[in-house]
Amino acid sequence: MSIRRRIVTVVGAFTVFAIAVMIWAPTVGSTSISLARAFDRSIPWDDNVDAQIFFVARLPRVLAGGLVGATLAAAGVVLQALLRNPLATPFTLGVSAGASLGAMLAVTMRLEMSVLGITSIPLASFAGSLVATAIVYALASSQRRGLSTNVLLLAGVTLNSFFSALILFVQYLADFAEALRAIRWMMGGLDVASYFPIVAAMPFIIISFVGFAMMTRTLNLLSVGAEAAAARGVDIVRAQRLAFMTASLATGAAVSLGGPIGFIGIIVPHLVRLMVGSDHRIVLPASALFGAAFLVLCDLAARTLMSPLEIPVGVVTALIGGPFFLWLLVKRS
Amino acid sequence: MNTNTKNTKGTKTVLGNTKTFLRAFRLIAFVLFVSFVFAFPSAQAPPHRIISLVPNVTEILFAIGAGPQVVAVSTYDIEPPEVRSLPTVGALIDPDTERIIALRPDLVITYGSQSDLQSQLTRASLPFFDYRHGGLAHIMVTMRAMGARTGHVERAEKVARGLEAAIDRVKGRVAGRPRPRTLLVFGREPGSLRNIYASAGRGFLHDMLVAAGGEDVLNDIDKESAQVSTEMILSRKPDVILELNAATRLNDADLKAVLDPWMTLSSVPAVRNRRVIVLNGPGLTVPGPRVIDGLEKMAKALHP
Repeated sequence: MSIRRRIVTVVGAFTVFAIAVMIWAPTVGSTSISLARAFDRSIPWDDNVDAQIFFVARLPRVLAGGLVGATLAAAGVVLQALLRNPLATPFTLGVSAGASLGAMLAVTMRLEMSVLGITSIPLASFAGSLVATAIVYALASSQRRGLSTNVLLLAGVTLNSFFSALILFVQYLADFAEALRAIRWMMGGLDVASYFPIVAAMPFIIISFVGFAMMTRTLNLLSVGAEAAAARGVDIVRAQRLAFMTASLATGAAVSLGGPIGFIGIIVPHLVRLMVGSDHRIVLPASALFGAAFLVLCDLAARTLMSPLEIPVGVVTALIGGPFFLWLLVKRS
Repeated sequence: MNTNTKNTKGTKTVLGNTKTFLRAFRLIAFVLFVSFVFAFPSAQAPPHRIISLVPNVTEILFAIGAGPQVVAVSTYDIEPPEVRSLPTVGALIDPDTERIIALRPDLVITYGSQSDLQSQLTRASLPFFDYRHGGLAHIMVTMRAMGARTGHVERAEKVARGLEAAIDRVKGRVAGRPRPRTLLVFGREPGSLRNIYASAGRGFLHDMLVAAGGEDVLNDIDKESAQVSTEMILSRKPDVILELNAATRLNDADLKAVLDPWMTLSSVPAVRNRRVIVLNGPGLTVPGPRVIDGLEKMAKALHP
């Protein structure tokens, strides 16, 4: 089978799966609703509980889950190739810790401003992720020999623990209720109850995905090694810069939308590679689609398993992801 | 034995026996008194150096007249105003054990979860009172217990009775009226409907809501609080949404900003009938003597 046909078939299959999940997910939930009533335009909106459950509670949630899942999975693929490290995740380079610190500060300082319908916590967490990205980038490119992936990795990991320490410190100084709210934010949540935050995160994620789409071939070469890639005519520094920036931007936007939901960025790429091999022209789009479906399904479990109570979605992904990660580690060694 | 032999000789036998009896009685009484003192420390003089690490118990102490005995409080204590000039010794998760011991307290009010502090106090032979939050009635239980412990039994009884009567008056006023199904929200992400926390089927807030004449829409959840999704609010259709807000003042613009996000859920009766009500002000729901103000406000909101 030619590569082109293989891409079309595999990505097509993943697209069908993702769409099927996204259509099915909003029809189930902790309460049962009548779809006929939900789509009945003759009932006034203010009286139509079924329609409001479908369009206000469930659909934004599923869309947010799809967007965040696709982004984190794709960013995971890109960073694993860039760092040539199978254990890299979108959160390895400090982006999520920066975002969490931003959110933490917004909670404890009781910031209540909003810009274009976007509230303080998502804004602050996005700003935090940008700051973290800038610091890591500045450190990694300070040696004037392009971007050192080793420095990138070490700086990212160190920044992660440094920000985590700051988070604990701010949390310690915070009021009881505030600390609790910030901890809850860090468990991840997709009940956005509005389309605004999704629309706001979109531009950053779209820009990043355009970047991802442009670099699939380069990622194939980069994952073999920088020298090999350079020998094939790849502008290494430019490619690394693009990969790091787009992955960080996408992760920052996703985290500001759904909180730092763990393990998606590592489980999904590995699962997909097990299924379709390691060609990034297939792995990247397939991971994005599978990531979307996976997170939507995890959130479905989160909102129905213990109903009427909910399980934070980050807890669900971690409960599935933790054992999987360990299995992967043992299998590799 | 000596007396016995003497007594056999003369007419004073009866009197001698009485003397023996009296002596023995004194001895027994002394032994009883000593053992009583050791067995029941409450029989000792009331404490006069109390440290309270629990703000609502501090309020209770001042209400029952034990205020002058309080020598230090937690960093969160602001009521009554007298406590603001007292030294502070940390709080729930960061009690300053050294300072507490250095202040030589004869009673420390701790919260139930402060087990480390409690074992340190035990090692230092400092008595402590182990407090935990309970329901509405628990306020009066704590009041009476503090009264007994600090030597203000009568005053505590009087204040407790007064509070009980006030709560009963509110209950009486709303009795027989239809009870609106109410969601009592005490926290959410500002400007959105994310991470909403509400009072659930038991505990202090739940008791307040029931006493104020509401029916808790989360009655079936046997927890003090629960995170509620928008789907849950839409499907449970509360008639009233009461939202607690710590802000002392809310102008019209602030109020609009607080209420706006709810408008998304226009099929919820509370939203449609404009019965999303913000109860603001500090200390509305402190389980202490001020609880009656919060309860009155709540009852007024539910039954205007």
